[in-house]
Amino acid sequence: MIPTIVVLAVIGVLFLWAIGIYNKLTRKRITANGAWSDIDVQLKRRYNLIPNLVETVKGYAKHEQETLENVIKARQTAIDASGVQGQATAENMLTGALRQLFALSESYPDLKANQNFMQLQEELTSTENKIGFSRQHYNKTTAQYNEAIAVFPNNVLAGMFNFNVMDFFELDDEAQREAPKVSF
Amino acid sequence: MANGSSVIHTERERVRALPPNVTFLDLIRRNKRKSVMLMIGMGLLAVALGAGLAVALTAWGGGGSEALLPSLLLGGAVAAVVAVVASYWSLHGGSSAVLRMSGATPIEKKDDPQLFNVVEELAIAAGIPMPRVFLIHDEAINAFATGRDPEHAAVAITTGLRARLTRDELAGVMAHELSHIRNYDIRFAMLMATMVGLIVFACDAFWRMLFYSRLSGGSRRGGGGKGNAAMLIVVVVAVILAIIAPMLAMLIRLAVSRQREYLADAGAVELTRYPQGLIGALEKLGASKTPLKGANRATAHMFIVNPLRNAMRGKGHEASSAFRTHPPLHDRIDRLRALME
Repeated sequence: MIPTIVVLAVIGVLFLWAIGIYNKLTRKRITANGAWSDIDVQLKRRYNLIPNLVETVKGYAKHEQETLENVIKARQTAIDASGVQGQATAENMLTGALRQLFALSESYPDLKANQNFMQLQEELTSTENKIGFSRQHYNKTTAQYNEAIAVFPNNVLAGMFNFNVMDFFELDDEAQREAPKVSF
Repeated sequence: MANGSSVIHTERERVRALPPNVTFLDLIRRNKRKSVMLMIGMGLLAVALGAGLAVALTAWGGGGSEALLPSLLLGGAVAAVVAVVASYWSLHGGSSAVLRMSGATPIEKKDDPQLFNVVEELAIAAGIPMPRVFLIHDEAINAFATGRDPEHAAVAITTGLRARLTRDELAGVMAHELSHIRNYDIRFAMLMATMVGLIVFACDAFWRMLFYSRLSGGSRRGGGGKGNAAMLIVVVVAVILAIIAPMLAMLIRLAVSRQREYLADAGAVELTRYPQGLIGALEKLGASKTPLKGANRATAHMFIVNPLRNAMRGKGHEASSAFRTHPPLHDRIDRLRALME
């Protein structure tokens, strides 16, 4: 009688423990996936800010057609891009194009002093930072998830229930890691 | 070391002796361990005190040696329960009082887009909801965070500090505050304060009971000879505890406070990946002499630098570092610089 109770108790404890691990892994995976979607939210924000910026600059620096064109083209390429690497490259080029545009303002003091332009500059700077931070946060939650499924005894359960390693957001290409140059 | 000796004398040298490849993750881990141990220490102190006082009162009130163990356990258990209940009860309503006390006004994005953006960016990096942002209209330079958890959090900064910082330095300061929020430091500080209060209260009550029972000539029915000796020892131990416990509790609380400041600095670097920002801000903070009007002893521990440090400076308080709520600025800057190598 007693041995049976003991065995049942042990099985019960193991079962509860396994549930705990399963739930923890599930939560970490969902957090990491959520962080991935959050990156997109910030990217979209940048796309939405750009047309306003282009219009403001056009008002003051009509002759800088080429720089403005680069920004518009880069934005469209980024919107159309697919795949992690493809998107990263396009986003990088867009950053470069925007940087050129802001450098322009040095030669046009009226533009530089324009309230709208300054606000847009702050917004775009902030959005760039937000993109970077959301990627950083994604990498952090992914690292936490990957660590959770790798340690013992979680890895036993991870194997059984298909918890797979998630990829980090990385810039593979060395060239992408340098300061972006705009080229079409 | 410059003179080649291997003995580390000053605190400065100790900090510089950090291994070159220490990362903010190491610092974070080390800090969390230390503060957990300190908090366990505080809990044990409270339980030991409860047990000791209960036994002493039983002995004094004439209980025999057979009453020792039960009263010990009962005292310890009651202390533990009271500590837990009072701690959680103290968590509610703390932050709005603090904001009102310091004269902080809430701001929206349109009032200061850059400040708002910086806080928002860091909230994204930290993975916490955006805290409410407050401005304190004061020339003194300081900032604090409040809130029992990330969902009910707020950050405040003085106009004096806001005007003096670059965007990177502002990010460093806000990252430090957000680290306090996501580490639940504010909650721990409230709990620690409650524990200290309870310990002080218990000791106070103990003394009063002793005093009054002595005055009214409380009889001691006492048990046999052996029992008397054991009870006397216990009473002496309890009396010693009652004397040193309040002091010990305060020291523990201040040690925890300092640990969490270092932890918040490391956490700030984890968020911004740019130690220079916070270093620059701390240097500017160290250079200022203006006292902050809305701060007092109760709220001092929450600010990024001790707002009362200038008031305390001339009175010999500097000598004992065990009584500081914050680590010395140069120490914090050294540790941050060590992360840059």
